[in-house]
Amino acid sequence: MFYREAGQFKTSYQADQAIFPIRQDLYAYIAFLAVAFIGVPLLASDYFLSTLMLPFLVLALAAIGLNILTGYAGQLSLGTGGFMATGAFAAYKLSTAFPDMHLIIVFLLSGLITAGVGIFFGIPSLRIKGFYLAVATLASQFFLIWMFNKFGWFTNYSASGVISAPPRTVFGDFYITGPQAAPVTKYLFCLSFVVLLALLAKNLTRSNIGRKWMAIRDMDIAAEIIGIPMLKTKLIAFAVSSFYCGIAGAFWAFLYTGSVEPLAFDVNRSFQVLFMIIIGGLGSIMGSFLGAAFMVLLPIFLTNAPHMVGVEISVSTLSHLEAMVFGVLIIFFLIVEPHGLARLWQIFKEKMRLWPFPH
Amino acid sequence: MSTQRTFGEILLKVEDVHLSFGGVKALTNVNFDIRKGEIRAIIGPNGAGKSSMLNVINGFYHPQQGAITYKGVTRSQMKPHEAARQGIARTFQNIALFKGMSTLDNIMTGRLLHMKSGLLSQALYWGKYLREEVAHREKVEEIIDFLEIQAIRKTPVGRLPYGLQKRVELGRALAAEPELLLLDEPMAGMNVEEKEDMSRFIIETNDQLGTTIALIEHDMGVVMDLSDRLVVLDYGRQLADGEPDEVRNNQAVIDAYLGVTE
Ligand SMILES: Nc1ncnc2c1ncn2[C@@H]1O[C@H](COP(=O)(O)OP(=O)(O)OP(=O)(O)O)[C@@H](O)[C@H]1O
Ligand SMILES: [Mg+2]
Repeated sequence: MFYREAGQFKTSYQADQAIFPIRQDLYAYIAFLAVAFIGVPLLASDYFLSTLMLPFLVLALAAIGLNILTGYAGQLSLGTGGFMATGAFAAYKLSTAFPDMHLIIVFLLSGLITAGVGIFFGIPSLRIKGFYLAVATLASQFFLIWMFNKFGWFTNYSASGVISAPPRTVFGDFYITGPQAAPVTKYLFCLSFVVLLALLAKNLTRSNIGRKWMAIRDMDIAAEIIGIPMLKTKLIAFAVSSFYCGIAGAFWAFLYTGSVEPLAFDVNRSFQVLFMIIIGGLGSIMGSFLGAAFMVLLPIFLTNAPHMVGVEISVSTLSHLEAMVFGVLIIFFLIVEPHGLARLWQIFKEKMRLWPFPH
Repeated sequence: MSTQRTFGEILLKVEDVHLSFGGVKALTNVNFDIRKGEIRAIIGPNGAGKSSMLNVINGFYHPQQGAITYKGVTRSQMKPHEAARQGIARTFQNIALFKGMSTLDNIMTGRLLHMKSGLLSQALYWGKYLREEVAHREKVEEIIDFLEIQAIRKTPVGRLPYGLQKRVELGRALAAEPELLLLDEPMAGMNVEEKEDMSRFIIETNDQLGTTIALIEHDMGVVMDLSDRLVVLDYGRQLADGEPDEVRNNQAVIDAYLGVTE
């Protein structure tokens, strides 16, 4: 099958506005969803689902959140971990204080609470930019983690400071959280949420608010002169971004690990998500998924590849190797291709569109 | 062309404006008005304060002294985004486009003050919002046709040559459907052919949409051709104000341009 748009003429601007204006892209997307919703649950082992697919989905969601703020709106943030922790603890407090509250409501409310926290910590962005804003968000990161450690109220006074997701069901008897929850139900629940939220994020980024964000990112003075209200637009970016990060944090605690302590969301988590969007592609929803996949797969590849070719590497060397590979890749992408893997994929598609004719 | 054209009421009036940066007096006692429907040029040598004057008009610079009356409301300053809401759009001497966005998206940003949908309907991108987006896209496509930039619709503007970027920037300003359009050296760095195109766009905008235009331009041929009236600035002071013929024969202007010192 050729990747061509020949013969596909847009007869309306509406058709041209579609997410996938080229039909092959739409087919590929549908096929991908079919594999994710049907193929993976049928074929994958529980181990594969809970150690690969769940962290991949949760991290992808956090990456979408950060990408909205940093990749689209241009506001560099190192507070992702803190916002994820906020979502996780909000979900914990809500689900333990209101045991009858539906889990979906719990997650959405956790996102909204995190959005509020994000707005609060986004206020300095009116005055400070770039590196200084990154430092301010870093401060919010440390503050939030300190707060969750310091006050027992957040963990319902658990001695260890660890919170565990209470068992909850959706749609009748399906356990989504707690020890009885099957990895496949968790996976499908998480997947549905992430696909839906990714779609909404994609829509936001290609609509009026998305253009406002990118305008601020590309040239804030010009953005203000054409009438974009700075503070409001930036705070919306913080709110939406934190909403996504908050839900990601709640999923991390409730679906992926099941129990969590604040340390799981320390500054390393913030950097991890930042690295994901740099490698995957700043300003790209698809890049958020690519970056998350890369982050989850690389350690596995590094563990297994030397083994397969008969070289034995110690565990500590491996973790050093991993850090080095990430370091090199981040420098590469920052200098050579700031739009990351997503851009490389696009270039590949553009080549395919013309292939086999060079021009 | 100035002789046959008649103009409406005063749209903008600048009175006794003083602006300085530290010791540098960018504007000293500047007074002029812009009438509805005219093309008003601001000329002067480098550093005369022309750009500063436009910056004062759209609220980007705040003068230390003086008043600006726009559409009957007098003020000493306002915020740039308020000026945009009041119908003032502009282009910049050093192009200020959104480099990472396509031509289409750049011009679409010019529509944002006319777009009303909330966050949720944008996230759904369905029904009401989709209709709004398409309606504004149609407006923008008219501008793209008008400026003859169909071929670069989806190109990121950072990759476009200078002349085309200037055109896209004009497109973004036009998309706002401004009452007053401020153009800061729209033809700088262009070849003759590009200048002719740009002149045509400016004349047609003024003619067909009735947009009032304040224009800064160094090319005297172009300025004398396009403008109905001119203000001449030199070292922040106002040397002359009048129709092209008057200004052309004004001794102070001739001296300033020939570099004669008193
Ligand atoms: N933001 C600023 N800070 C300090 N000085 C400024 C600033 N903007 C303008 N000036 C000074 O004000 C004076 C007038 O500058 P302006 O840019 O308005 O001149 P201009 O007539 O547009 O010149 P050109 O033809 O070179 O564009 C110059 O001396 C300039 O250095
Ligand atoms: Mg200037």
